[in-house]
Amino acid sequence: MHITVKLFATFRVGRFAAQAREYPEGTRIADVVRDLHIREAEIGTIMLNNRHAEPDQQLNDGDNLSIFPLVGGG
Amino acid sequence: MDKILRVDMSALSTRIETVPAAWAGLGGRGLTSTIVAAEVPPTCHPLGANNKLVFAPGLLTGTPAANSGRLSAGAKSPLTGTIKESNAGGTAAQMLARLGIKALIIEGLPEADKWYSLHVSKDGVTIQEETELVGKGNFAVIEAVEARLGKKTGVLTIGPAGELKMTAANISVKDPDSKIRSHGRGGLGAVMGSKKIKFISIDDQGAPGVKIADPEKFKTAARTFAKALLDHPVSGEGLPTYGTNVLVNILNEAGGLPTRNFSTGQFAGAEKICGETMHDTIVARGGKPKHGCHAGCIIQCSQVYPDKEGKYKTSGFEYETIWGFGADCCIDDLDDIAEADNVMDDLGIDSIETAVMFAVAMEAGVLPFGDGKGVIRLLREEIGKGTPLGRILGNGAGSVGNAYGITRVPVVKNQGIPAYDPRSVKGIGITYATSTMGADHTAGYTIATNILNVGGYVDPLKKEGQVELSRNLQIATAAVDSTGMCIFIAFPALDIPECLPALIDMINARFGIALTGEDVTNLGKYVLKTERQFNIGAGFTNKHDRLPEFFYTEPVAPHNAVWDFTDEEIDEYWNF
Repeated sequence: MHITVKLFATFRVGRFAAQAREYPEGTRIADVVRDLHIREAEIGTIMLNNRHAEPDQQLNDGDNLSIFPLVGGG
Repeated sequence: MDKILRVDMSALSTRIETVPAAWAGLGGRGLTSTIVAAEVPPTCHPLGANNKLVFAPGLLTGTPAANSGRLSAGAKSPLTGTIKESNAGGTAAQMLARLGIKALIIEGLPEADKWYSLHVSKDGVTIQEETELVGKGNFAVIEAVEARLGKKTGVLTIGPAGELKMTAANISVKDPDSKIRSHGRGGLGAVMGSKKIKFISIDDQGAPGVKIADPEKFKTAARTFAKALLDHPVSGEGLPTYGTNVLVNILNEAGGLPTRNFSTGQFAGAEKICGETMHDTIVARGGKPKHGCHAGCIIQCSQVYPDKEGKYKTSGFEYETIWGFGADCCIDDLDDIAEADNVMDDLGIDSIETAVMFAVAMEAGVLPFGDGKGVIRLLREEIGKGTPLGRILGNGAGSVGNAYGITRVPVVKNQGIPAYDPRSVKGIGITYATSTMGADHTAGYTIATNILNVGGYVDPLKKEGQVELSRNLQIATAAVDSTGMCIFIAFPALDIPECLPALIDMINARFGIALTGEDVTNLGKYVLKTERQFNIGAGFTNKHDRLPEFFYTEPVAPHNAVWDFTDEEIDEYWNF
């Protein structure tokens, strides 16, 4: 299935900003995180289709997945 | 011995006062709000003789505590009609604290149609007539004051916007590089302009410095505190690398990035203006991605943004400014936004109010959405010159909405709503509605917990937990704003258990007292209630603690969210 993966801030370094990627049915967010060699402990926020999400959530074809380290400002 | 400096612009006289016992334990916002509430009639005209402009460094300012160099400015706001505290970095706060000046109170109005400057030194404060710098921009003022009095002189100044008493005018503070930080919100520049003070210079030669009652205890606590700031990923890595502008992408992904005058929640041009792009642009042009707004800042969220030739363009280039001109005005050119930021620094006008205002002006057809060059032209030619149109624009979003009959005007208590849509980030809506300051994200920054997973997580799209979250953060913020600390210490304080106790230990070691966490919470409550009492006296009721009607009736994409709190639910905020 097609998943659009977007990375932000330091997660882009040595990886990418946005990419359309292929994953098998049943893939969970945590599987994508592992595939990208991101340590779960470094993750601040995950958003799946503009909603906050957890690593154990399953993905569906056409999903937009955004992964952020802990960031802040204001 | 700490002292109060009082300047009477009606009599053109000054005096040094001892600090009343009731004020001794206060600093920063706690002190400015206490003084304004005690001495300013709440129904006075903000630009009249009865308003007072108060500056106060925080409780820890002038000590070696990291990030403690913020200055509070307070008065009755000409923009909101409420009490106002606006705090800023720069060099002035630490100089005032080292001089033992607990507060500088400026009252009255001069009779003659003349401009003045104030000079603060170890001997007190003096008033001089000023002619040369009247009408000049802030950069020219700083340059001239340094030429007259020396490079190290501290400067608080107003630009043309303040001289023209525009309600979006700010007070600019010289930073360590002779550039500008701002007491941005609430039109305090107009209050300074009404008192005919073009600038205040500060000379801290011979200053007694800040005495610390228990230096050993202070040193230990300061070390723990600084370690927490450096260890937390937000204050230790994210902010110094990408600045506050790192937020463009996360708010855009969350659908909470107000776009096209708050008509939708995502901006197609986000990638062009985001913190990641800004960082790469700064590095490629040889600028500085990290920079502190005051000596002793170890977070370094500021930056120096150069133009295409590598020359200084702006600094302190913040998310809210970039969001406002970017997403809200649909300008996807970071260089145009940087130019506008530089012009606003020079004119001395709040970059949040002005950005929100321009989006309303675009909706009104004054200029097209996305017209970055038009914004720069209107800033220089209309606002900067005080033309009739410039005065309408320079009085903020509400003023433009009134002048052009626009109903989608994002303001609370007439102050522009910043960078987070309250329909899709509901906690911040409670802060906008209930803050004693008018719409102010910094008053209770629920974005931390609604969006960033700092201090836990409260779902931004649901109502549950938002009132309590906003209340707790507003209480904590009012206390932190009294210490002279940068508000970004809240990120580690929310997550790292040693951080807040270390902050309290530093206050205790500085004054030789024994405050508990509960005392600090009570300080925050006291500050909020004091400010609210002033606002009630000025005629504000719970009916003013509401968001504009369009937030209730216009769903915002992508979540099709509306603002759906009842009046009773909002009013529950004040139940403490």
